[in-house]
Amino acid sequence: MENKTPILKLKDITKRFGDIIANEKVCLDVYEGEILALLGENGSGKTTLMNMISGIYFPDEGEIMVKGQPVSIAKPEDAFNLGIGMIHQHFKLVDVLTATENIILGLKEKGGLDLKKAAERIKEICDTYGFEIDPNQKIYNMSVSQKQTVEIVKVLYRGADILILDEPTAVLTPQEAEKLFNVLRNMKKDGKSVIIITHKLNEVMEISDRVTILRKGHYICDMETKSASVQALTDAMVGHAVELNIDRPEPVDPKPRIQVDHLTVRSQDGVLKLKDVSFTANSGEILGIAGIAGNGQKELLEAIAGLQPAESGDIYFIEEDGSREELLGMDPLKIAGMGVSLSFVPEDRLGMGLVGNMNLAENMMLRSFRKGRGVFTDRKAPYDLAEHVVEELEVNTPSVFTPVRKLSGGNVQKVLVGREIASAPTVLLTAYAVRGLDINSSYMIYDLINKQKKRGVAVVYVGEDLDVLLELCDRILVLCDGQVSGILDGKTAQKNEVGLMMTKVGGGEAE
Amino acid sequence: MTNTAKTPLVHITRRKNIAWYRAWIVRIIAVILALILCGIITTFVVHINPIEVYKTMISGNFGTARKVWFMGQDLATLLIISLALAPAFRMRFWNLGGDGQALMGCFGASAVMILCSGSMPNWLLLIVMFAAAIFCGMLWAFVPAFFKARWNTNETLFTLMMNYLATQLIAFFVVVWENPKGSSKIGIINQRTQLGWLPDIGGNKYILIIIVAVVLAVAMFIYMRYSKHGYEIAVVGESEPTARYVGIKVRKVIIRTMLLSGAICGLAGFMMVASTNHTLTTTLVGGRGFTGVMVAWLAKFNPFFMIITSFILVFLGRGASEISTMFGFNDSFGSILTGIILFFIIGCEFFLNYELHFRKSAKKEVA
Amino acid sequence: MFDIVAFIPRAVIQGIPLLYGCVGETITEKSGNLNLGTPGIMYVGGICGVIGSFVYEQKAGDHMIGFLAIAIPILCCLIGSLLMGLIYCFLTVTLRANQNVTGLAMTTFGVGIGNFFGGSLIKLSGADVPSIALSKTHAYISATLPFAKNLGWFGKIFLSYGFLAYAAIAMAIIAAITLKKTRVGLNLRAVGESPATADAAGINVIRYKYVATCLGAMIAGLGGLYYVMDFASGVWSNDAFGDRGWLAIALVIFTIWRPNIAIFASILFGGLCILHMFIPSGTNLAVKELYKGIPYLVTIIVLIFTSLRNKRENQPPASLGLSYFREDR
Repeated sequence: MENKTPILKLKDITKRFGDIIANEKVCLDVYEGEILALLGENGSGKTTLMNMISGIYFPDEGEIMVKGQPVSIAKPEDAFNLGIGMIHQHFKLVDVLTATENIILGLKEKGGLDLKKAAERIKEICDTYGFEIDPNQKIYNMSVSQKQTVEIVKVLYRGADILILDEPTAVLTPQEAEKLFNVLRNMKKDGKSVIIITHKLNEVMEISDRVTILRKGHYICDMETKSASVQALTDAMVGHAVELNIDRPEPVDPKPRIQVDHLTVRSQDGVLKLKDVSFTANSGEILGIAGIAGNGQKELLEAIAGLQPAESGDIYFIEEDGSREELLGMDPLKIAGMGVSLSFVPEDRLGMGLVGNMNLAENMMLRSFRKGRGVFTDRKAPYDLAEHVVEELEVNTPSVFTPVRKLSGGNVQKVLVGREIASAPTVLLTAYAVRGLDINSSYMIYDLINKQKKRGVAVVYVGEDLDVLLELCDRILVLCDGQVSGILDGKTAQKNEVGLMMTKVGGGEAE
Repeated sequence: MTNTAKTPLVHITRRKNIAWYRAWIVRIIAVILALILCGIITTFVVHINPIEVYKTMISGNFGTARKVWFMGQDLATLLIISLALAPAFRMRFWNLGGDGQALMGCFGASAVMILCSGSMPNWLLLIVMFAAAIFCGMLWAFVPAFFKARWNTNETLFTLMMNYLATQLIAFFVVVWENPKGSSKIGIINQRTQLGWLPDIGGNKYILIIIVAVVLAVAMFIYMRYSKHGYEIAVVGESEPTARYVGIKVRKVIIRTMLLSGAICGLAGFMMVASTNHTLTTTLVGGRGFTGVMVAWLAKFNPFFMIITSFILVFLGRGASEISTMFGFNDSFGSILTGIILFFIIGCEFFLNYELHFRKSAKKEVA
Repeated sequence: MFDIVAFIPRAVIQGIPLLYGCVGETITEKSGNLNLGTPGIMYVGGICGVIGSFVYEQKAGDHMIGFLAIAIPILCCLIGSLLMGLIYCFLTVTLRANQNVTGLAMTTFGVGIGNFFGGSLIKLSGADVPSIALSKTHAYISATLPFAKNLGWFGKIFLSYGFLAYAAIAMAIIAAITLKKTRVGLNLRAVGESPATADAAGINVIRYKYVATCLGAMIAGLGGLYYVMDFASGVWSNDAFGDRGWLAIALVIFTIWRPNIAIFASILFGGLCILHMFIPSGTNLAVKELYKGIPYLVTIIVLIFTSLRNKRENQPPASLGLSYFREDR
């Protein structure tokens, strides 16, 4: 391989955003017919680098060569013309259009708009690589994995030879991921090159031929997957040896704290989001909730926190002395006052829970601004709390007067989780708490959650990464289509088993 | 660097921070450029030299004591309406209905004045007028707020249509209450008895409204910056999901804030009828609800900055109308100049939020 | 008795300016730009046409050529509204300014231009006429088919209009087809829904926004021209155009962003605007003023009803009112 010219070569690429250096002198080679894994932690500059190849950003310095020729990629169109296609982590699809319309969007083909012909070609591509999609289905009616398929077909339709996939498995079940890998292998056989961005080591080992590692915007090394080990990759990615185990202390004196009975929830536009959900969350225990994104996790947490009206069913809060209180229909403020704390990290991070344009101290005030009698707010206490959180959780910020929008993802999350924990909750509801965090920050959050567990808090942890759920949680509730697919013991549950339950209620054979 | 030639000429990035003084320099430059352009255009249209133009503008505002007071009154009226709109905008509620709400305030006050004069003592009459004005302003604000809160009905057009409804309603009453008969307008109300007129302070009828405006600006600053309500408004405006999540009742905040907005507009109407104009016409508010939107927005909803922005707009408007009367043009010349200066101030925000990087020459790159 | 044959043609000529405004604004909004400057643009379109034909009528005297008499005002109108469109685009697309505020400033500016030149044109040009009455241009622009008068009620309802009225309807149909059936339309819709997606798909977002907005402005401007030259018989009077621009923007919501529906909706609204002349109210002048409020009231009711239905396809373009910056993360 060494003697061949790489199909894509990056040389000394540098990109800065203001004072922040996203990439510095990064080099990368991709050869024809190989799958390259681009490995790095969140914030290591993988996506930025790939965005420069696909024309979203323009590099400040450095050189890009395609098939040995130096090129300039100033806009996405340039990337297409060079046969480069990127599948972004957040899908770039227009919801109200059909699959076909999305796929042919922006193409400069000759002739009028012929959706039928396009649909035929899409079918052809699907048959070649083994996809299944309905060309006439609207995007907003699609599941996440269907949307991803549309994205991949879109890139192939444009005749891409180099495909870049940004964390493609983050939103898939293990079974769907396996399907995707098969497709990628088919593409490789077809002579296409694939770059897959990931921070999951098992995926690197499973699918890639070669792996390039980035750390904090710098190129670290490049190795053949065959000759690499998981530990070696981790050390290179993180920069120092890491312990890859998450603590799971034994629950202390678990007692029922939240009891959900036959809960059914419909969204505002009438879609059934939760169907007959029943479970109990115990104090001093972490209850994990697994499921493909959008299968009712959000609604469940919001219903407990009083933010989501339910159609039927009950949610009880059980006091130390065993007395029960109905939470449904109660004012969210009152529920929060009982010690039920919700920390939900949505995809855009700032969408709920924090106000981007307000500074840290003002964000701390969100929970406490009603305190005191007068018409004016108390500014001292939230300021102190902000100082405290910054110190305790090592939040990297110029000051507590910096708008949170300007902080990096990990720091934003620390602020949010820190504030929720500061209210000394009895129930901690948390969703995607480590989304987008690097390994160190993730472990810090696991640690925090475990501390709460030891304090006797009933923790409900909605997570994406099955490996983490299996290591962290005492029990795991699997949601599928808004129903409880099963509740498993965290210590004995198998990843495959959970994966099957995520796609089909009760698990069993997948199609 | 083989690909330098194809590098985009200008590369734009978002600014992280900008020092406050630099921000002000940019804004001042924008205003100066706009004034220069306004001068050039005026010169071009009326064929006088630019220095004359600015002189006329200044004398239009500050020429005589009467003119200064008049400008003060104009400024105060605009400021009150802008202050009324600010909390709604802070909440991202596009209240374009300032005109209608203030007009309804005028209506409420003058209706009481016309129908109840003489049937109660003057102090009580004033209180009833005040209450009626506030109530009418609030009513006009409540309707769109209710539908926005309940069904997320587009408030921009809703409030706008409420303006026209108010105008038509007043047109109706102007005919009904016309005085003298057949004139199809309402003259000065209670000219002889001066019932329902607020007292002049020191023999000057413009001082009172200026005092009201200043007090209101301070109060609004404190309300928006330090009160619990103000904080809730900010949270709702920035992120509704977050507001709901911390238990703020978004609907309640929307309606409450709009009621406040309408009440202050109503107050402006009351002041116009009871203190300065003593009459009711369909054009009494004169588009200040619109101008107020821009005053509030340009000042980033800070009541003290709003004094500056409303001054700029009033200065231009009055200056242009002075030019118009001197040279026999119509008043709309002011709108043109206002438009130009607004374009510049709106446009200069770009330079506060973004940075331009020009392509470096290949030589520099090597060095 | 309600005279339907007299009513419909008057509703149509009232509705045509609204139709132009509505179609123009729809195209603009499909690109994700909410142009609240449309009322101002319509004023500018009108006054530019007036200036053009005023100068031409003064210069040509009695030797006016039909083609020029029509082409000059239209061209001036298009240039004027195009400039307005460019100002809006430069501020909101290139400089990414707030669309609402820019639009309002445009309206202030545009209405000011219209009223200022409308009121001062005679003085500025030094002509010795008492008022701007472009009756000759009006005659050219509003010319109808010669045999239309002989066709009774049919001729009155369908054939009694100047060519600009038919052009408006044709434009609405073309716009509807373009949006729905062509590649350009598909790309435009994508730009308005999700500029980031369109950008990643290789669509030049900035160019689409500029072209759509400027085209929309030019179409809206024609509405102003139609109003003065055809409806108002070539007589400009200040503020006469009134709030039709705002009604046109409201119509866009009413027609759920479909120009074909706009044809009927604008005629319906045209009818509402003149209803007060057809409702017998005797000598009570005051009540007439109340009737004039009907179109606004109906607009409000329409706004409320449209907010009640929430079908996915009937929502505004998802990125409406937001500016786009590729490097935003």
